[in-house]
Amino acid sequence: MSVTTRPAQPRPQSGPAAHQRRGRPARHRDDGRAGYLFLSPWLLGLALVTAIPMLVSLYLSFTNYDILSEWSDIKWVGLANYRTMFTDDPAFWHAVKVTLVFALIATPLKLGAALGVALLLNKSFRGAGVFRGLFYLPSLLGGSVAVAMIWRSIFDRTGALNAFLGWFGIEGKAWVNDPSTALGTLILLAIWQFGAPMVIFLAGLKQVPTELYEAAEVDGAGAFRKFLSVTLPMLSPVIFFNLVLETIHGFQGFTSAFVLSGGTGGPVDSTLMYTLQLYLKGFGQFEMGYASAMAWVFLLTIGLVTAVLFRTGRFWVHYSDGDD
Amino acid sequence: MVSVTAGRRPFITPRAVILVLLTALVLYPLAWMLGSSFKAPEEILNNVSVLPDTWTPANYPDGWSHFDVAFGRFFLNSFMVATLTVVANCTSCLLAAYAFARLRFRMRGFWFAIMIGTLLLPSHVLIVPQFVMFRSFGWVGGPWPYLPLIVPHLLATDAFFVFLMVQFMRGIPRELDDAAKIDGCSAYSIFRYVVLPLSRPALVSTAIFSFIWTWNDFFRQLVYLSDLEKYTAPVALTLFIDSTGQSAVGPMFAMSVLSLAPVFLFFVAFQRLLVEGINTTGLKG
Repeated sequence: MSVTTRPAQPRPQSGPAAHQRRGRPARHRDDGRAGYLFLSPWLLGLALVTAIPMLVSLYLSFTNYDILSEWSDIKWVGLANYRTMFTDDPAFWHAVKVTLVFALIATPLKLGAALGVALLLNKSFRGAGVFRGLFYLPSLLGGSVAVAMIWRSIFDRTGALNAFLGWFGIEGKAWVNDPSTALGTLILLAIWQFGAPMVIFLAGLKQVPTELYEAAEVDGAGAFRKFLSVTLPMLSPVIFFNLVLETIHGFQGFTSAFVLSGGTGGPVDSTLMYTLQLYLKGFGQFEMGYASAMAWVFLLTIGLVTAVLFRTGRFWVHYSDGDD
Repeated sequence: MVSVTAGRRPFITPRAVILVLLTALVLYPLAWMLGSSFKAPEEILNNVSVLPDTWTPANYPDGWSHFDVAFGRFFLNSFMVATLTVVANCTSCLLAAYAFARLRFRMRGFWFAIMIGTLLLPSHVLIVPQFVMFRSFGWVGGPWPYLPLIVPHLLATDAFFVFLMVQFMRGIPRELDDAAKIDGCSAYSIFRYVVLPLSRPALVSTAIFSFIWTWNDFFRQLVYLSDLEKYTAPVALTLFIDSTGQSAVGPMFAMSVLSLAPVFLFFVAFQRLLVEGINTTGLKG
């Protein structure tokens, strides 16, 4: 039956009559013009908000640009910004160290908490959904300034934590103002937001076929053995996904560090996250050329870390459809 | 009693005990914040209890008028920025997603790969050149300094939402498009009469997440807003850091509670949708 002799069909109810052109081949039509028309806002955004700023940023990173100077005053300084950063800026290295420590400690602990609680919730019982929702709540609120302000109050010298410790005769300290513990309070705040990866873990756990557990039981596996030999390998793609996302997320922590240190990265630079240092350089001291160089080092580092994660992922991430 | 619970597992299991304790621990900071906002200033910090010894609502009016500009102004500004972002994201990302998910055109694969590439691009990397650019447009510190916060969303730069909607549209049966094409619908009418009505759930997710993220966003608002009158709620809250002393603590708690209220209401109203939203896309809260 050819298209043209097709018996008359009722028109789609909402279809506009103006666009009804019968007898035209329906498939293999190129929507080129329409495609680019629909894509045009995105393309414009890609150029104006992403690509051009990236190139400008790369250019600025080789200059001494600060916001106060005229464009004509911009001087090409070659690799000077990068050289200063690596050899002559203790604050930069401090920021690198703080960020690495934060990401290396907070990410595994957060994912561990997320997986642990997900395992607890991975049974159908009354109220499981309620618990899931309540554990997720901090992930929605935790990135806000308001929660960071409260966090500061809890760990203050006269805060709730010390009042609690006082019941046991323990004298606490000003956790937020002590260089040895300030970063710890930031890490705790990050772990507190374990709900988002937990929800993703739960979805992954639901996908593990029950036959695998039954087969393991037939072979005499206990609960721990089943976890090691069935749950972990089957969950590894989800673990990997969460690991990549949370690591990148961890590198970018800004709000909590800004609020807990009052915008300084203190005490003694102990909470000077990389993004905070970038902000202070660019918008505090207006050294925008230098800040651009920092941004590029940041971008390359994140790219490198992601690449390394993907590389190592080959050895422990198990994709069930590829193996059989 | 027995007849109701017969055949069920006992209600109090070790698992239940652990979960309840854990919930208490996780919710404590939020409950403490809410309770403390009703405490007298001298009681706030060092009272571990969630419930105040003496209840007083005074922190709320004190906080509302703590700065030269009433806090209501900051909330209005936040609300405006968040609402405009929602509208901008829903429109622009939907258009881009339709092109990626449904239309054939040259280099589609290439552009799609670029879009995926921008997913993981940290906003901090571009903030300096964007600031320089928007400033040269006269948008920074201008009469309406929210342009740099909103215009990027009009241009579908939130790749997360483009991706979310592409994934969603791929689930809409293609037979519907084909049927509409046979009936002579153009790409535009298919968008208008087939894809748009069916994309409602993806639009709702985008709207809710856009609102919450913009409401919570701090970094970009901190960079672009310099005039007290134009501050949004998160930027205004940080003013409490500088005003030390006990007089500021109560108001700070009260305004923090108010600033979290909209997000909390969204959570109560759309809890399932939010949780499932991060399931399908891996979006962060």
